[in-house]
Amino acid sequence: MTEFAASQTAIEVIYLIASALFILSLKWMSSPTTARHGIWAGEIGMVLAIAGTLLHHGIVDYKWIVIALVLGSGIGVPLGMVQMTAVPQRTALSHAFGALCVTLVGTAEFYLRTPNVPKFMMSVLSMEVILGGLTFTGSLMAAGKLQEILPQRPITYKGQNLVNLLLFLVAVGSAVYLVLHPEAKQFFPLIVGVSLIFGVLLVIPIGGADMPTVISLLNSYAGLSAAAMGFVLNNKLLIIAGALDGSSGLILSVIMSKAMNRSFTNVLFGAFGQVQPAAAGGAEAKPVRSATPEEAAAILAAANKVVIVPGYGMAVAQAQHKVRELYDVLTKKGVEVRFAIHPVAGRMPGHMNVLLAEADIPYDRLIEMDEINGDFPQTDVALVIGANDVTNPAARTDQSSPIFGMPILDVDKAHTVMVIKRGMSPGFAGIDNPLYYFDRTLMLFGDAKQFVGAIVRELGGGH
Amino acid sequence: MGSNLIDALFVFMLAAFIGFEVIRHVSPLLHTPLMSLTNALDAIAVVGAIVLVGEKKSTFATVLGVIAIVAATSNVVGGFLITDRMLKMFKTSRPVKK
Repeated sequence: MTEFAASQTAIEVIYLIASALFILSLKWMSSPTTARHGIWAGEIGMVLAIAGTLLHHGIVDYKWIVIALVLGSGIGVPLGMVQMTAVPQRTALSHAFGALCVTLVGTAEFYLRTPNVPKFMMSVLSMEVILGGLTFTGSLMAAGKLQEILPQRPITYKGQNLVNLLLFLVAVGSAVYLVLHPEAKQFFPLIVGVSLIFGVLLVIPIGGADMPTVISLLNSYAGLSAAAMGFVLNNKLLIIAGALDGSSGLILSVIMSKAMNRSFTNVLFGAFGQVQPAAAGGAEAKPVRSATPEEAAAILAAANKVVIVPGYGMAVAQAQHKVRELYDVLTKKGVEVRFAIHPVAGRMPGHMNVLLAEADIPYDRLIEMDEINGDFPQTDVALVIGANDVTNPAARTDQSSPIFGMPILDVDKAHTVMVIKRGMSPGFAGIDNPLYYFDRTLMLFGDAKQFVGAIVRELGGGH
Repeated sequence: MGSNLIDALFVFMLAAFIGFEVIRHVSPLLHTPLMSLTNALDAIAVVGAIVLVGEKKSTFATVLGVIAIVAATSNVVGGFLITDRMLKMFKTSRPVKK
């Protein structure tokens, strides 16, 4: 065996081990008790794979590799230390970085290989840069919206879907042409450019409430583009990692779409906000019952079972630590407190769980929608904090509602419902919530953090 | 070439099925850390960029490769770091047994 072949075999074996570690890593994520093993497996796999790659016979110069690795690590550390409330935009940004890497490598590979690119190679290479390009700009847009640098409201215009469809066809059409005529390399920048623009246009009509689905979908695209890169480089580790990431993102997007009772195409081409322009205007003054922190505290103290329903508003108000104090003081009084988590509460899958876990609320108190919905009729108080559409009973009853059919948390079945809200303005989707006008609903008007803090003081807890 | 391609498609198909089966069992509780972990793993694309930079075939390729390494490495480091920070926060109120 030549030295060349020996090093190749060594690299392949290392990649094989890394692939197994990656799969184990995801398997261990299935439960919070083993999840941290998953990280170690992933890290070991990653270090092995990078170290193995450095053995590659073709590498003649290490200087720039080392500089880039150090620089990337330097950027990675602050990105890993962001606040938990900023995790959705950080995640979107990292999808963008992943896609950037794939797109750049694909572009470089094209110019190194052209015009001798076999048809299949050219097809996967096009797929790599199309998916990579649209994921890069799409994720940047998503991150900008989540960070509120860009407007969160959907931006829509007439003929939007047609424009998007045309752009997509241009990208795919150019790719097909390039596959058939590999010498026409002027088409390549067109493919990349159109994909970049397509990514921007794909995400601008999407509003904040749809972010969980979009982030999951971009996650899937990022994975698929990496898998395509694996085909181009004939690197099986990359194919495996990309396929795992792609299927993970796809599963999450399906879960998110289901939780919003919407199809994929609807999320991508529907732009939620435009569905119901009438609802935002109809703010006639129906009577609501409101309560003070003292009254709310008295009702909570008298309850046996309390379910807290957190939503994105809790994250915005940074109220999760006050909520934890409320959990503590009520638990001490012998009240059973649980949290009802809607799959799309927040801005990315699982967002609420992370925020509540950060506030030290034990994860066995965080209950999924399907599990807790049957318990609401036996619940004394349902306390809604910064959630709106996911509690809207119109989703069950009102066929004309844009959210009709969306699975919701049945808070209206609790004996008493308390809703902490700044004012009576409708939620993100601009849909009025009949829950607020029920007889057994008490509106607690104010900032979530301050209001919960006031209840906690009333109950004699807090620091 | 032909057999390589078929091999690669087999690998992709099997990995996708494994992905679906494994990830279906991930608790919704951990969907956020799952996404940041898959993101870090996905940054394995860095190996392609490393070879690209190391081979020094053209200045253009090297420049793109360096940016690619920086982007992917920041995902590796940032992704594992934040996933670990998140998972450390998940605590149960019950002593180990269910």
